[in-house]
Order: sequence, then C-alpha cells, then structure tokens
Amino acid sequence: MPEPRSVAALSWRQFRLERTMFWRNPSAAFFNFLLPLLFLVLLCAVLTKQSDRDVIVPGIAGMAVLATTFSALAYNVVFLREQGILKRMRGTPLPSGAYLLGIAGNAVANTAIQVVLIVVAGKVFYGIDWPQDVPELVLFVVLGVVCFASLGVALAHAIPTFEAATVYVNVIFLPVVFISIDAAHDPAFLRGIAEALPLAHLIDGLSAAMVSGEGLGDEWSALGVLVVWTVLGVALAIRGFSWEQRRG
Amino acid sequence: MNDELAIEVRGLRKRYGDLEAVRGLDFAVRRGEVYGLLGPNGAGKTTTVEILEGYRDRSDGDVTVLGHDPQLRARELRERVGIVLQSTGIYRHLTVREVLAHFAGLYPAPRGVEEVIELVGLGGKEDARTRTLSGGQLRRLDLALALIGDPELIFLDEPTTGFDPAARRGAWDTIRSLKALGKTVVLTTHYLDEAQALADRVAIVKDGRILVEGAPSELGAGDGATRYRVAWRNGSGLLNQRETDDPTSLLHELTSAALERGERLDSLSVTRPTLEDVYLELTADA
Repeated sequence: MPEPRSVAALSWRQFRLERTMFWRNPSAAFFNFLLPLLFLVLLCAVLTKQSDRDVIVPGIAGMAVLATTFSALAYNVVFLREQGILKRMRGTPLPSGAYLLGIAGNAVANTAIQVVLIVVAGKVFYGIDWPQDVPELVLFVVLGVVCFASLGVALAHAIPTFEAATVYVNVIFLPVVFISIDAAHDPAFLRGIAEALPLAHLIDGLSAAMVSGEGLGDEWSALGVLVVWTVLGVALAIRGFSWEQRRG
Repeated sequence: MNDELAIEVRGLRKRYGDLEAVRGLDFAVRRGEVYGLLGPNGAGKTTTVEILEGYRDRSDGDVTVLGHDPQLRARELRERVGIVLQSTGIYRHLTVREVLAHFAGLYPAPRGVEEVIELVGLGGKEDARTRTLSGGQLRRLDLALALIGDPELIFLDEPTTGFDPAARRGAWDTIRSLKALGKTVVLTTHYLDEAQALADRVAIVKDGRILVEGAPSELGAGDGATRYRVAWRNGSGLLNQRETDDPTSLLHELTSAALERGERLDSLSVTRPTLEDVYLELTADA
C-alpha cells in the first residue's frame, strides 16, 4: 500500500475520477467507444470474404487505438484547458505528472478494453483465431498508445478552441484511417503518404500479431517508424503544453 | 524574511513582450490580515496575484510567499495556499460532494467535506451534479475548493462576482470567519464596498503601480488628496455643500457666522471621503 499522497496513489485517485466521469458523459463514451465497434460490425457485414476480414479486424483495432488516444486526448486536453480545469488543478498540491498520468490512464483503459473487445469479436464472429503472438500484440498496442497519445496532446496545442476541436481532429483522423486501414492496396501516391505516417505501421504490427503470426523479426521497419513518431510526439507534447487558455 | 509577513513583494515587474503589465510593485501582507487589491480592469491586479499563486514567472523583483519563492512551485507551498481564480470550470458530471472529496484527498490535513459545504452555504446541494448549479452556487463551490485543504493563505480573485446581495453578505461572513481563524486573505475586487467591509488594508493599483495603500477608512487621509465634505442648510432652507481639506477652520467660520446672525445650521454634517471617492479620484484618467 503506497503512502496515501504519493505520486502513484494520487495518479490512481485521478484515474478513478476520470473513469467515473467518462461513464457519466454519454457523448464521450459514444465517440471513443462505440464508433470503432460500429465500424467493425458494419464493415464485416459488407465484406464477408475471410481475406477481407483478416484485414478489417486488425485495421479496426488500429483505428480504436487512434480514437481512444489521439482523438480522445486532443479533445480532452482542449476541453480541460478551455474550461480552466487544467489551471485549477495546477493550483492544488497534485503533482502535474500524477494529474497527466491519471488523464492518460483513462484513455489507455479505453484502448485496452477496445482491443480486447475487437479480439474477442474477431474470434467469435469473424473467423479470426486468438492472437498468434500475444507479447507482440501487447508491444504494438503499448507503442501505439504512447505514440498516438503524445501526438493527440501535441495536436491539442494547435487547436484554439473546443468548438474547433472536432474539425482539427477529424480532418486528420478520418483520412488517416481511410488510407491506413489497407495501405497495401492503396494507389502508389496514397500508399506513400500512409507509409510515412504511423497508423499503417501500427496496423501492420497488429496484423502480424493477430492474424499472420509473422514475428517481430519481420516488423522492424514498422517498429522503427512508430518509434520515430513517438519521439516526435512526446517532444511536441511537452514543448507546447499550456495549462491555460490563451486569451484573445 | 520576517515571520510576521505572509507575503513580501519588492520591485515586482512583469513584461509581456513590449507591454509592461506590472511596473515595480512593493507591498507586504501580514499574517492574519485581509489585504485588498483594488483597481480598474487591466491595472495588473490579476497578473500580480497569479505571480503570487505560482502561475506566472515574474520578469524582475523579489517575491516571498509563506517563506517560498512561488515560481519554484514547491508542493509544500501549494498545500498551504487556497486559490479562487476569476473564472474556472469544474468537473461537470460529478456532484458537489464528490468534487470536494476528491480535492480533500490532495491535501495533507483537509477540512471535513460536510463542514466546508455548510461553511460556504451549499447545504442541500451536496448531491447535485455541478453542471446543474447556478453561477452564484458555482462561485461558492470555488470558495469551498479553495478552503478544503485548510490553507493558511487564501487568494480570492473577485470572489462575489455574480452573487445576489444576500449571497454576497453570506460570502462576506465566510471571509470574516476565515480572518477570525487567523487565516491570511488576499482579495482582489471591483466592489469598493466589499474592500471597505472586509479588508484591513487595501492597495489601489493602476497601470501596474500602487497609487496608495492603507486602511480603507484612512486612505487618503493626511495627503493632499483628502477632501472633507461639509454640508448644511442655510436660513432659507437651501442645502449648501463645500469641500475642504481643513474642516476645522471651515466649521469655525460657518458656525461663528451663524451664531452672529442668531441662526442655526440645520442638517450640518462633515463626511470623510469614502473609499469610493478616493478610488475614483485616483483612478480617473487625467
């Protein structure tokens, strides 16, 4: 049992509060949670060939990571900043790190639940076996979470108001999902863009771990691109972080 | 560092690019005192308070708050300070009690949640989601959140904005009760009657400088700015009024003239300038 006001205990406390609030806010629960699952159900209803579903299921898992971290944190940070909640928390003895861990932990909990739901749905409904390589799956999900969570926080710095957040987030989220979900079959021009971005590589890694069973040895380039974006994301997330709304 | 002082500020300056918002402030707040910062919008009050609270770094000068430099943001200092900011949101989907219980857990020796709810007058609203509270009730929740950690020093930035008169009196009583507990309070306000009612000393700030500082009832007394107002009715019942910085001589002159004529001076009064008079005179644009 940690000392009640240690950073670990305070992070946990903030995390639990964020979870309570998440479930009391139906619109957040819908966009972060039901949307990727709805896409999974609809796409698998339209595409019934197993070879298509082998692409769709890991693709939706990648989309779920993006939605629960990148989109959710970009919205959340802009909202908390605009509402003045970030500023209020900064005036308390809660260490900044514990606070941010609590918020990020909330996003990561959603990611974990989503990925598990998608894996189970793949097994039960869509003819995909249990993941071939669980440690590889965990590795890619964790790396994806850190990468997209930091990019989401970094994007929040560029979004001026909460009203504008939907546009900023979706103008990135939707096209990136669209070109990354089956990058191998994109036209050359779009494939070039998709391969420069991290999501296609996350999906590549998830596909190897969930479907094809290719080991990490075949996924070094995917890992490499993800790591580069993660370093960039973390640097940008820290650099521009502001605890309060810019005025005027 | 003097132990009698909760806050000591010397030569404080804050620049934002070319704009100098605070231009050399010197003041000190004693422990157990209610200190008021008054001034028009843009005077530098909020910038000054936010430097004391540790939200902003100063450009120049020395600042000590409870023995700490606030911009180092020591956790120990934040545990001893309560802050009511001008406008801040709160978790909309939680109840009043849940929010206070969460914040109580951040401090080493918090006050009781129920006790603080009663203190700020939110009794009966414990289980209401904060998004259902009125503006005045949210402001009381702000005050409750500032008090939950049982701080020694409390910053109140316009704490009664949006209150109806009864709620305002209630908030004043709460602030007086803090003083009775020996807490130090730094109050910024637009309401001069609020400063007059609550503050032991006030500083009037304009253009990033302190124009005058002192007890509200004595402000301006003794320097050239003080104008006493003497009013009376003459023999035909007309109200006369004259301003003077030497009421003794004026009264002597008036009363002896009246006695010579065998008249009475009805409704004779001498009034000291109110804080409002001093404030308006000092902050008027030239």
